[in-house]
Amino acid sequence: MTALPPYAVMLGIHAGADGCWVMPFSPHLIGSPGRLHGGAVAGLMELVAHLAVRAALDDAAVVLKPVTVTVDYLREGAMADTFARAHINRLGRRVANVRVEAWQTDAEKPIAAARLNIILERP
Amino acid sequence: MSERILDDDARMRRFVDKFMAAVPHLAALGIGFVRSGPDWAELKLPYAAHLVAYPETGVIASGAIFSLMDSAAGFSVFTRMGRFEPHATLDLRCDYLRPAKAGETVFGRAECYKMTRKLAFVRGIAHDGDPEHPVAHITGTFMLTGQS
Repeated sequence: MTALPPYAVMLGIHAGADGCWVMPFSPHLIGSPGRLHGGAVAGLMELVAHLAVRAALDDAAVVLKPVTVTVDYLREGAMADTFARAHINRLGRRVANVRVEAWQTDAEKPIAAARLNIILERP
Repeated sequence: MSERILDDDARMRRFVDKFMAAVPHLAALGIGFVRSGPDWAELKLPYAAHLVAYPETGVIASGAIFSLMDSAAGFSVFTRMGRFEPHATLDLRCDYLRPAKAGETVFGRAECYKMTRKLAFVRGIAHDGDPEHPVAHITGTFMLTGQS
Protein backbone atom coordinates (compact mmCIF):
# COMPACT_ATOMS: atom_id res chain seq x y z
CA MET A 1 0.00 0.00 0.00
CA THR A 2 1.02 3.57 -0.56
CA ALA A 3 2.44 5.74 2.22
CA LEU A 4 -0.06 7.80 4.18
CA PRO A 5 -0.06 11.54 3.39
CA PRO A 6 1.47 14.10 5.80
CA TYR A 7 -1.94 15.09 7.26
CA ALA A 8 -2.62 11.44 8.24
CA VAL A 9 0.86 11.21 9.75
CA MET A 10 0.17 14.42 11.71
CA LEU A 11 -3.02 12.85 13.12
CA GLY A 12 -1.02 9.69 13.94
CA ILE A 13 -3.33 7.37 11.99
CA HIS A 14 -2.27 3.78 11.29
CA ALA A 15 -3.89 0.51 10.22
CA GLY A 16 -5.53 -1.50 13.00
CA ALA A 17 -6.97 -5.00 13.22
CA ASP A 18 -9.83 -6.33 11.05
CA GLY A 19 -9.64 -3.59 8.43
CA CYS A 20 -10.22 -0.72 10.80
CA TRP A 21 -7.95 2.27 11.31
CA VAL A 22 -6.69 3.76 14.55
CA MET A 23 -5.96 7.31 15.64
CA PRO A 24 -4.11 6.81 18.94
CA PHE A 25 -4.82 9.43 21.58
CA SER A 26 -2.33 12.28 21.58
CA PRO A 27 -2.57 15.65 23.37
CA HIS A 28 -2.43 17.56 20.07
CA LEU A 29 -5.85 16.11 19.11
CA ILE A 30 -7.62 17.83 22.02
CA GLY A 31 -10.27 20.46 21.32
CA SER A 32 -12.11 21.60 24.41
CA PRO A 33 -10.67 20.41 27.74
CA GLY A 34 -10.79 16.64 28.09
CA ARG A 35 -12.29 16.05 24.64
CA LEU A 36 -11.01 15.30 21.16
CA HIS A 37 -11.47 18.06 18.58
CA GLY A 38 -14.36 17.14 16.28
CA GLY A 39 -12.24 18.13 13.30
CA ALA A 40 -9.64 15.50 14.17
CA VAL A 41 -12.34 12.82 14.26
CA ALA A 42 -13.70 14.13 10.93
CA GLY A 43 -10.17 14.05 9.49
CA LEU A 44 -9.81 10.41 10.55
CA MET A 45 -13.16 9.47 9.00
CA GLU A 46 -12.46 11.27 5.70
CA LEU A 47 -9.13 9.52 5.45
CA VAL A 48 -10.61 6.10 6.21
CA ALA A 49 -13.31 6.62 3.55
CA HIS A 50 -10.66 7.60 1.02
CA LEU A 51 -8.52 4.57 1.82
CA ALA A 52 -11.50 2.20 1.57
CA VAL A 53 -12.48 3.49 -1.88
CA ARG A 54 -8.87 3.43 -3.05
CA ALA A 55 -8.58 -0.20 -1.90
CA ALA A 56 -11.80 -1.13 -3.71
CA LEU A 57 -10.65 0.31 -7.05
CA ASP A 58 -8.54 -1.78 -9.35
CA ASP A 59 -7.17 1.21 -11.25
CA ALA A 60 -4.60 3.30 -9.37
CA ALA A 61 -5.00 6.09 -11.95
CA VAL A 62 -8.52 6.98 -10.73
CA VAL A 63 -8.50 10.36 -8.95
CA LEU A 64 -10.68 10.59 -5.82
CA LYS A 65 -12.28 13.90 -4.92
CA PRO A 66 -14.36 14.13 -1.74
CA VAL A 67 -17.24 16.46 -2.58
CA THR A 68 -19.72 16.25 0.28
CA VAL A 69 -18.93 15.15 3.82
CA THR A 70 -21.54 15.11 6.59
CA VAL A 71 -20.53 14.23 10.13
CA ASP A 72 -22.95 13.45 12.96
CA TYR A 73 -21.36 13.68 16.37
CA LEU A 74 -23.03 11.07 18.56
CA ARG A 75 -21.00 11.10 21.75
CA GLU A 76 -18.17 13.23 22.98
CA GLY A 77 -14.72 11.99 22.03
CA ALA A 78 -12.79 11.13 25.18
CA MET A 79 -9.01 11.32 25.53
CA ALA A 80 -8.65 7.78 24.22
CA ASP A 81 -7.69 5.93 21.04
CA THR A 82 -10.25 6.31 18.26
CA PHE A 83 -11.07 3.60 15.71
CA ALA A 84 -12.85 3.99 12.39
CA ARG A 85 -14.19 1.73 9.68
CA ALA A 86 -15.70 2.57 6.30
CA HIS A 87 -18.54 0.81 4.49
CA ILE A 88 -18.93 1.48 0.80
CA ASN A 89 -22.66 1.82 0.09
CA ARG A 90 -22.12 2.09 -3.63
CA LEU A 91 -19.09 2.14 -5.84
CA GLY A 92 -20.23 3.47 -9.20
CA ARG A 93 -18.29 4.63 -12.22
CA ARG A 94 -18.45 8.29 -11.25
CA VAL A 95 -19.34 8.37 -7.56
CA ALA A 96 -18.55 6.37 -4.45
CA ASN A 97 -20.98 6.71 -1.55
CA VAL A 98 -19.38 5.77 1.75
CA ARG A 99 -20.38 5.75 5.40
CA VAL A 100 -17.87 5.69 8.21
CA GLU A 101 -18.25 5.04 11.91
CA ALA A 102 -15.79 6.07 14.59
CA TRP A 103 -15.73 4.66 18.09
CA GLN A 104 -13.47 4.41 21.13
CA THR A 105 -13.97 1.75 23.78
CA ASP A 106 -17.04 0.06 22.29
CA ALA A 107 -17.74 -0.37 18.56
CA GLU A 108 -21.44 -0.60 19.45
CA LYS A 109 -21.30 2.95 20.82
CA PRO A 110 -19.95 5.10 17.98
CA ILE A 111 -18.79 8.63 18.81
CA ALA A 112 -19.37 9.85 15.25
CA ALA A 113 -20.86 8.75 11.94
CA ALA A 114 -19.98 10.24 8.56
CA ARG A 115 -21.47 10.02 5.10
CA LEU A 116 -19.40 10.96 2.07
CA ASN A 117 -19.82 11.27 -1.67
CA ILE A 118 -16.50 10.91 -3.42
CA ILE A 119 -16.24 11.77 -7.11
CA LEU A 120 -14.21 9.30 -9.15
CA GLU A 121 -12.31 10.77 -12.08
CA ARG A 122 -11.35 7.90 -14.32
CA PRO A 123 -8.57 8.35 -16.88
CA MET B 1 -27.55 36.20 31.41
CA SER B 2 -23.90 36.86 32.16
CA GLU B 3 -21.91 39.75 30.76
CA ARG B 4 -21.23 39.88 27.01
CA ILE B 5 -17.45 39.74 27.24
CA LEU B 6 -16.98 39.46 23.48
CA ASP B 7 -18.37 42.87 22.50
CA ASP B 8 -15.24 44.88 23.28
CA ASP B 9 -12.53 44.48 20.61
CA ALA B 10 -9.49 44.54 22.90
CA ARG B 11 -11.09 42.24 25.47
CA MET B 12 -12.32 40.01 22.65
CA ARG B 13 -8.77 39.71 21.32
CA ARG B 14 -7.38 38.87 24.79
CA PHE B 15 -10.02 36.25 25.42
CA VAL B 16 -9.63 34.76 21.97
CA ASP B 17 -5.84 34.56 22.20
CA LYS B 18 -6.13 32.86 25.57
CA PHE B 19 -8.91 30.60 24.37
CA MET B 20 -7.13 29.51 21.19
CA ALA B 21 -3.83 28.91 22.93
CA ALA B 22 -5.69 26.47 25.17
CA VAL B 23 -6.95 24.38 22.25
CA PRO B 24 -4.14 21.99 21.34
CA HIS B 25 -5.61 20.79 18.04
CA LEU B 26 -5.95 24.37 16.75
CA ALA B 27 -2.29 24.95 17.64
CA ALA B 28 -1.29 21.70 15.92
CA LEU B 29 -3.06 22.74 12.71
CA GLY B 30 -1.84 26.35 12.96
CA ILE B 31 -5.38 27.79 13.04
CA GLY B 32 -5.51 31.44 14.13
CA PHE B 33 -8.08 34.16 14.75
CA VAL B 34 -8.69 36.83 12.07
CA ARG B 35 -11.77 38.86 13.06
CA SER B 36 -15.30 38.56 14.29
CA GLY B 37 -18.63 40.36 14.40
CA PRO B 38 -21.83 40.11 16.43
CA ASP B 39 -22.77 36.72 14.99
CA TRP B 40 -19.80 35.62 12.89
CA ALA B 41 -16.15 34.72 13.19
CA GLU B 42 -13.28 34.33 10.74
CA LEU B 43 -10.32 32.06 11.37
CA LYS B 44 -7.33 31.23 9.17
CA LEU B 45 -5.41 28.09 8.35
CA PRO B 46 -1.97 29.01 6.96
CA TYR B 47 -0.55 26.58 4.42
CA ALA B 48 1.79 24.03 6.01
CA ALA B 49 3.51 20.86 4.81
CA HIS B 50 1.93 18.70 7.54
CA LEU B 51 -1.58 19.54 6.25
CA VAL B 52 -0.95 18.05 2.80
CA ALA B 53 -3.11 15.15 1.65
CA TYR B 54 -1.94 14.99 -1.96
CA PRO B 55 1.88 15.21 -2.03
CA GLU B 56 1.95 15.17 -5.85
CA THR B 57 0.04 18.49 -6.01
CA GLY B 58 0.63 19.91 -2.53
CA VAL B 59 -3.12 20.23 -1.95
CA ILE B 60 -4.07 20.17 1.73
CA ALA B 61 -6.44 17.67 3.32
CA SER B 62 -10.14 18.43 3.21
CA GLY B 63 -10.18 17.19 6.81
CA ALA B 64 -8.04 20.17 7.83
CA ILE B 65 -10.60 22.48 6.21
CA PHE B 66 -13.33 20.62 8.09
CA SER B 67 -11.47 21.37 11.36
CA LEU B 68 -11.10 25.03 10.36
CA MET B 69 -14.81 25.35 9.61
CA ASP B 70 -15.93 23.43 12.73
CA SER B 71 -13.80 25.85 14.77
CA ALA B 72 -15.00 28.98 12.93
CA ALA B 73 -18.60 27.83 13.31
CA GLY B 74 -18.07 27.19 17.03
CA PHE B 75 -16.58 30.67 17.36
CA SER B 76 -19.57 32.22 15.60
CA VAL B 77 -21.78 30.70 18.30
CA PHE B 78 -19.57 32.29 20.97
CA THR B 79 -19.78 35.70 19.30
CA ARG B 80 -23.55 35.48 18.90
CA MET B 81 -23.91 34.59 22.59
CA GLY B 82 -21.28 37.15 23.60
CA ARG B 83 -19.51 34.68 25.86
CA PHE B 84 -17.76 31.30 25.89
CA GLU B 85 -20.75 29.08 26.53
CA PRO B 86 -19.91 25.37 26.23
CA HIS B 87 -21.38 23.73 23.16
CA ALA B 88 -20.85 20.63 21.04
CA THR B 89 -21.16 20.05 17.31
CA LEU B 90 -24.29 18.02 16.61
CA ASP B 91 -23.68 17.75 12.88
CA LEU B 92 -21.67 19.51 10.25
CA ARG B 93 -21.86 19.14 6.48
CA CYS B 94 -19.01 20.38 4.34
CA ASP B 95 -19.26 20.69 0.56
CA TYR B 96 -15.85 20.88 -1.06
CA LEU B 97 -16.31 23.10 -4.10
CA ARG B 98 -12.74 22.94 -5.37
CA PRO B 99 -9.28 22.13 -4.00
CA ALA B 100 -7.56 24.92 -2.04
CA LYS B 101 -4.55 26.31 -3.93
CA ALA B 102 -1.27 24.85 -2.71
CA GLY B 103 0.70 27.41 -0.72
CA GLU B 104 -2.28 29.65 0.09
CA THR B 105 -3.77 30.42 3.50
CA VAL B 106 -7.36 29.21 3.80
CA PHE B 107 -9.80 31.53 5.57
CA GLY B 108 -12.92 30.17 7.21
CA ARG B 109 -15.82 32.49 7.91
CA ALA B 110 -18.91 31.19 9.67
CA GLU B 111 -22.13 32.82 10.80
CA CYS B 112 -24.51 31.72 13.54
CA TYR B 113 -27.75 32.68 11.82
CA LYS B 114 -30.25 31.28 14.30
CA MET B 115 -30.16 30.43 17.94
CA THR B 116 -32.68 28.81 20.22
CA ARG B 117 -32.43 27.93 23.90
CA LYS B 118 -30.59 24.66 23.17
CA LEU B 119 -29.44 24.89 19.54
CA ALA B 120 -27.31 27.08 17.30
CA PHE B 121 -27.54 26.93 13.50
CA VAL B 122 -24.46 27.87 11.50
CA ARG B 123 -23.35 28.32 7.90
CA GLY B 124 -20.16 29.50 6.31
CA ILE B 125 -17.55 29.35 3.61
CA ALA B 126 -13.86 28.70 3.29
CA HIS B 127 -11.81 30.55 0.67
CA ASP B 128 -8.17 30.96 -0.24
CA GLY B 129 -8.07 34.66 -1.03
CA ASP B 130 -11.30 35.48 -2.85
CA PRO B 131 -14.52 35.01 -0.86
CA GLU B 132 -16.43 35.11 -4.16
CA HIS B 133 -14.76 31.85 -5.15
CA PRO B 134 -14.99 29.67 -2.04
CA VAL B 135 -13.27 26.32 -1.68
CA ALA B 136 -15.91 24.96 0.69
CA HIS B 137 -19.37 25.66 2.04
CA ILE B 138 -20.63 24.42 5.39
CA THR B 139 -23.87 24.13 7.27
CA GLY B 140 -24.19 22.73 10.75
CA THR B 141 -25.88 22.56 14.12
CA PHE B 142 -24.49 22.93 17.61
CA MET B 143 -26.04 21.95 20.93
CA LEU B 144 -25.52 24.21 23.90
CA THR B 145 -24.25 21.96 26.64
CA GLY B 146 -24.08 24.46 29.52
CA GLN B 147 -26.30 24.07 32.58
CA SER B 148 -27.96 27.49 32.27
